[in-house]
Amino acid sequence: MDGSTRLLRTYLAEAKYESLRTLRMPAFGIPFLALPVSLYLLLAVLLFGDAIRGDPHGAVYMFTGFSVMGVMGPGMFGFGVLVALEREQGLLALKRALPMPPMAYLLAKMLMAMLFVAIVMATMMLAAPLLGHVTLSAIAFLKIAAITILGALPFCAIGLFIGTRTSGKAAPAVTNLLYLAMIYLSGFLIPLPKGVQWIALASPAFYLDQLALSAAGAPSHGTTVMHVIVLAGVTLLLTSIAVRRLARVG
Amino acid sequence: MQRMSVELPPIANPETHPGASGAPECDGRLAELSGVHKRYGSTVALDGLDLHVSRGELLAVLGPNGAGKTTTISLLLGLQKPDTGTAMLFGRSPQALESRREIGVMMQEVALAPELRVREHIDLVASYYANPLTPQAAMELTHTCALADRPYGKLSGGQKRQAQFTIAICGRPKLLFLDEPTVGLDVQAREMMWSTVRRLVNDGAAVVLTTHYLEEAEALADRVAVLAKGRVIASGSVTEIRASVVRTRIRCCTSVAAEEVAEWPGVTDAGIDQNRLHITAINAEAVLRRLLAADPDLGELEVRRAGLAEVFTELTKDEA
Repeated sequence: MDGSTRLLRTYLAEAKYESLRTLRMPAFGIPFLALPVSLYLLLAVLLFGDAIRGDPHGAVYMFTGFSVMGVMGPGMFGFGVLVALEREQGLLALKRALPMPPMAYLLAKMLMAMLFVAIVMATMMLAAPLLGHVTLSAIAFLKIAAITILGALPFCAIGLFIGTRTSGKAAPAVTNLLYLAMIYLSGFLIPLPKGVQWIALASPAFYLDQLALSAAGAPSHGTTVMHVIVLAGVTLLLTSIAVRRLARVG
Repeated sequence: MQRMSVELPPIANPETHPGASGAPECDGRLAELSGVHKRYGSTVALDGLDLHVSRGELLAVLGPNGAGKTTTISLLLGLQKPDTGTAMLFGRSPQALESRREIGVMMQEVALAPELRVREHIDLVASYYANPLTPQAAMELTHTCALADRPYGKLSGGQKRQAQFTIAICGRPKLLFLDEPTVGLDVQAREMMWSTVRRLVNDGAAVVLTTHYLEEAEALADRVAVLAKGRVIASGSVTEIRASVVRTRIRCCTSVAAEEVAEWPGVTDAGIDQNRLHITAINAEAVLRRLLAADPDLGELEVRRAGLAEVFTELTKDEA
């Protein structure tokens, strides 16, 4: 087996087993797989279904909003909580001592988060046209799927940053706090009061929501380039800080 | 527990045997720390430590808590860097991936993913190596086939150690780090692990063993390094280390008072335990002659040289 084949085998094995173990964790998998679509059905279908029926943009806002919520969870918690726990429990030190290529661990978790997001988006894209009065072309749905699956990466980076700096006990609380604050402050589920709407600019979730809205042809703020730069910047900055810390202190 | 049923491939990696690979070694030394100093804040962890392990050698690193064992292993594994001095693994930095492809690691404080089965854990770690054993062959070697399909989180403490040991050897390492490998194992499982370790060493691999069980070091080690306060205070074969502290233990049933014996020349300690007089002596022959002269009715006499445990206590009593 040559070097590159072996490397590929390592990356694939790491990604396979990371996804497998996470899918076997019902406490982790079920909330992130079921919560976004459940809340979407509750709010966009049962409670406000009648109002949305006559408001195509409102239906899209609901769809992209809950989709972004579904994107945030696996990355933030998969990295934030699991990395903190694995650091504390010595698993990361063992992996650093073993001949695991340094990026295999991170890429495996990123792929796991993207797999979860793909499952979330599959359920959302089934529910939205059937029950949520969303009328988009197949191309628009595919664009939104691609944006949201890649959109998991900045939230992986945020989670990784938390996971490298908090203890296993503190990580769930810190991640939850940031997760809920970001959902609220992005204004994509509950509109912010007019005077403080600017605060959404500080939340990466806002930019992802704008990208998805733009792909759906709904009114959005800012430009695609700006949104991509912000999301890529957050991903690269926080990942590089966290990776340096992991290499130094584990 | 399953017995070996098939002929197993050699554990030592044929692709990484000396002369077959580009891995440089200095005088057969696979890993080496030279003049290493390491501090954590104001605490000195290592104070000019020199240590090496050579091919085909089992080195036991012993020392009281806080002696610097964990830091020593962390430096050799590349988890930390020395403040001053050098750490080398296969002639390179321990942080180089190429160096670590030659090692296997079993750590003491580690929780593997509880959701994965033992076979899956082995398959994952085996994927890091160039020429690993198959999970089946690794489990046959360590007699853990019965654990193959069990989730790691459902194993007992001893079974987890057995699974970790299998993971440590699955890459056919040239150098194996074992940190307290037999904690929680029953006698049979411990003997099986020891026999696999011996087989590894016979096949040309080196092992660095840290253990609190001195009988484990006594049973396995070619060489022992005793650490205290971040330095090596004694190093050599078990026999040499034992000879460095000449102590003999005498036990008998006698009417001679312990307080009286404690005053005799050559006696370092004397006391009564379970109605027997226990003496630790440097000059055992002279003490015995005097003891027999003082009490012709003396009975149930036992004389033995100090074990590694007693030598270890003696060596480290001023250093801990």
